[in-house]
Parts: sequence; structure tokens; C-alpha cells
Amino acid sequence: MNPGLVALAVTFAIVAAGSIVGLLAGARYKMDLEQWAVAGRGFGIVLVWLLMAGEVYTTFSFLGASGWAYSRGAPAFYILAYLSLGYVVSFYVLPPLWEVGRAYKLQTESDFFEKRYDSKSLAVLVSIVGVVFIVPYIQLQLTGFGIIVAVASFGAIGQTTATIIAAVIVAGFVFASGIRAVAWVSILKDILLLGAAVSIGVWVPYRYFHGIGPMFTALIQAHPQHLVMPGATKNLGHAWYISAVLLNSFGAYMWPHTFGASFSARSSNVLRRNAIVMPLYTITLTFIFFAGFAALMVVPGLSNGDLSLLTIARRTFPAWALGVIGGAGALTAMVPAAVLSLTAATLFAKNFYRTVLAPSMNDEQVGKLARPLVAVVTAIALGCAIYFPQTLVNLLLLGYEGITQFFPGVVLGLFWARVTRKGVWSGLLAGIVTVGVLVFTKHDPLWGLNAGFLALCLNFSLTVGVSLLTPVAPVFERQSLQGIETA
Amino acid sequence: MPISRIARRPSLGGAVLALIPFLAMCFSVPLWDRLYPTVFGLPFNLFWLISWILLTPVCMWAAYRLEMRRTPAEGERTNEGSN
Repeated sequence: MNPGLVALAVTFAIVAAGSIVGLLAGARYKMDLEQWAVAGRGFGIVLVWLLMAGEVYTTFSFLGASGWAYSRGAPAFYILAYLSLGYVVSFYVLPPLWEVGRAYKLQTESDFFEKRYDSKSLAVLVSIVGVVFIVPYIQLQLTGFGIIVAVASFGAIGQTTATIIAAVIVAGFVFASGIRAVAWVSILKDILLLGAAVSIGVWVPYRYFHGIGPMFTALIQAHPQHLVMPGATKNLGHAWYISAVLLNSFGAYMWPHTFGASFSARSSNVLRRNAIVMPLYTITLTFIFFAGFAALMVVPGLSNGDLSLLTIARRTFPAWALGVIGGAGALTAMVPAAVLSLTAATLFAKNFYRTVLAPSMNDEQVGKLARPLVAVVTAIALGCAIYFPQTLVNLLLLGYEGITQFFPGVVLGLFWARVTRKGVWSGLLAGIVTVGVLVFTKHDPLWGLNAGFLALCLNFSLTVGVSLLTPVAPVFERQSLQGIETA
Repeated sequence: MPISRIARRPSLGGAVLALIPFLAMCFSVPLWDRLYPTVFGLPFNLFWLISWILLTPVCMWAAYRLEMRRTPAEGERTNEGSN
């Protein structure tokens, strides 16, 4: 039988199994906005862990991380550091955020800004920025899904067609089932991903080099510069590493979907315990790196590093095993893409459409509007994937650089009574404009530093500076008091 | 109660425990970003990062113990009533 058919059939069987689990998970609950978006705030440690692992370990960790290990070398290690440190930040930020979320019935990141700064305009700005920077992250998932289908079919399905198939599956999946589906499908996804990562990361070095140690010895001999920074790049040295790790770890929970996921926890302690165990999951990524490094020796000269993991898997494993790896990768794209499009749609419907155009809408109507919007958001990301193709890491860096600009407004908002609406407005706007200008004029990195980090520094200074120069609105304290009494 | 008072700041000890992984995995990169000595066949920088992936939960666990001793009652608050 044709190996492409076998691999594809196994991949799609896994995708189908994931979709069925998702549908069953959602079916038992009446899907009002609270259930759809934050699962009724009832998740314990296991489901929160699954939801967050489902969100954080995306197709980027699967294809993008090995792609960078392959094409850039040591700078890719920033991924190991920022993931672990992102959980350290979450340990201190998410529990207080959960307390606030419960007191004020918050569902989205925009809700936080609206209540904290008593500003509808700021909430609208946050929803626009959030949706704009979620799109490249969805694009990343669809592109990754497309690569998987294209490689698993041995080239029989072109990447554009494959990406369209991916988009349709994702939209259908989230349309039917909401946030609960994501947590449950994550079980399947995480087991498969872990299995795929370990078998690729262990078997590939053994098959070609008789061990992981000998593989590194051979790699150091052939490419002595590859495994220390700046690796195969010119400008990704130590300063870049530090700035990129700081930016990404501050930003890990500033994504509207990871931010919102914290509200689904049953208690703030669930979030603390989750932050303790989550870094261990990062170990999976080291196996992915092994695969990328092995690919550099075995299949050198690929034009796109993102193909390296699947190319070496296809050369090493039988077709059915390639299909399982493809299925794991496909779920790893599907689950986060579902959360991302769900969050973007809710953010737009609740915090943009309702606030600006239809203040009289009730929650039920917002929920009804959000569902078709999932299809719209996915279609936009699909359009970007087809017309503005990018490597996976570039998409991720762009998203993080934009989204981390929320950090000063969130953290100062939680811990500093003196921060003002005008301060956050000016900082956020300056940060976003700086990111936009630097990225689109191709000045990232600038002066050896990550552009988003430079923007974040400007953002932070402006937020603090302007806050100190403007008075805290007295009305805010009064309204907040009423808010907590009725909550 | 304003938001800045619902959200309690981390204690000094907690802040120090958060700083340790940042020092080890981020700021000190010029000190450990090298190939030798290799450990278990891994280049030193990769070995260092993997070790700290394992040690970070230890720091966070210590911070958790600290936090629980500070206010056990508040930490146990759950979201009763909805589920």
C-alpha cells in the first residue's frame, strides 16, 4: 500500500478521535458564555494542568523548536528557559489575578483592564491588540498543521490545500464544543506528543549515531559553532538571549487565552500548584531539540528548518509510525488553535462589539455572536498563512512582542495602587507602535536586543512616569467598592 | 475594595525564590554558554538548562510553602457555588 495513504489515514484517524472526545466533553454542559469561556470556574489541578499544557505546548514546540535547533542552533535554547521562567512569573501573577477575577466576575483580559482602570476605551484597545496578535499565533498553528499533512502525504497534498483542511477542522471543532473540549482533548494530545517526542528524540540519535552523546560529539566536530550562541546566526548572542527570555517569560500568561484560562481554575491554589509542576513538561522539548540536531547531520540543506523534524521522522520510521507522529502534531496544532480562535472571538464579541456597537446585548447574545466569529477569525488566519507565509518562530516572536505589552498594565494594576488609566494608555500605545515599527521595518533584533523587549522597557517607563504625573481618579475607588459588594 | 488591595504582593522571601531561576537560566548565560565539560554526553549549556528545568519546581515548591505559612486560610479560598 502507498506509504502516503497509510500515514495520512493514521493521522486523520487520530484527528477524528480527538474531535469526538471534544464533542463528548462539551455535550454534557449547557453552553452559556460562562461555560464556553471559563468552564464555570470549576477546574481542579488536573484539568487546569491539561488546559494550560494544551495551550502552551503548541505545534510551535513540535516543529518550530526543532526547526530552530536545526537552522539556528544554540539560540533556540531560549525556548527552554522562557517556558520554565514563564511558570515562575505565573506563580506570582495568576493567583492574585484569580482572586480579582472571582470578585469582579471577569472572563477576559479586556474585562480586567475595564474594571481595574474603569475605562471602556482601554478595554476596547486591549481587545483589538489581543485579537490582532492572536492571528499570527493561529496562523502558526494552521501552517504547522499544513506542513504535517503535506509531509505525511509524501507530497500528494500540497501545503495550501493542507492548510485549508486544517482551518476547516479547527473551526468545526471549536464551534461545537468550547473550552472544556480543549482540556479533555489535551489528554490525548499530551500522551501522543510525549510518546512521539521521546521516541523521535531517543531513537533517531541511536539509529544514526549509536547514542545521544555520540551525536553531540559528531555535531560539535562538524559544526563547532552551532551549539554555542550565537550559533548559526550573526546577531542572536547573549544579550539577545536575555532580552528574548525576559520578554517571553513575562508574556507567557499575557496572551488573552492563557490569561483567561486562569479564571477556569477552582481556586487560586490550583494555579500555584500548577506553576510548580508545569516546568517539568519542558523536558519534552529537549527531545525535540535532539531530533532537530540529528536532522542537521542526517538531512542537511533543507530550505525550511520547520520541516526538519518530520523529514527525519519520515526517513527513519515506517509509514504507520509517521502517521502517529503526524496525528500527535496535528492535535498539537488543533488544540491551541481552537483555544486561540475561541478567545479571539469572545474578546471581539464581548469587549469590542458589545462595548462599542451594542451596549444592550446580554451574555447570551454575546455567546451567540462569538460562535460564527470563530469561523471569521480562523479564515483571516488562513488568509495570512496562504498570502504571507512565515517561519513558525518568526510568527511566535511577533505575537509575543505584541502581547507582552500588556504586562505593565496587568502587573502594576495588580500590585501598585498608584498606576493610572492615562499611564497604562500611553505605555501600551507606545509599546505596540514601537513593536509595529521595528518589526515591519525589519529592525528586529535591534542593537543585539529583542525588539519587543525594547518596546516593553519604553512601555514600562511611560506607564510609571505618566502614572506619577496624573492623579488616581477618585471615582475609581468608589465604583470598585460598589463592584465588590454586589459581586 | 480596590483591585490593588485584593491582590496581595509576594513576600520578600518569595521574591528571592523567584529570582533564583531567573539568575540561573537567564542573566548568567555568559557563564554557562559553552560546550565543555560535556555532562552525560550533553554540551554544558544544554545540561545546565535541563538541570534548572528540574530545579525550578524545587524553588517554586519552597515559595509555595512560604506562601501557605503566611496565610493558609486565604490560599484555600475556593469558588464554591458554581460548578
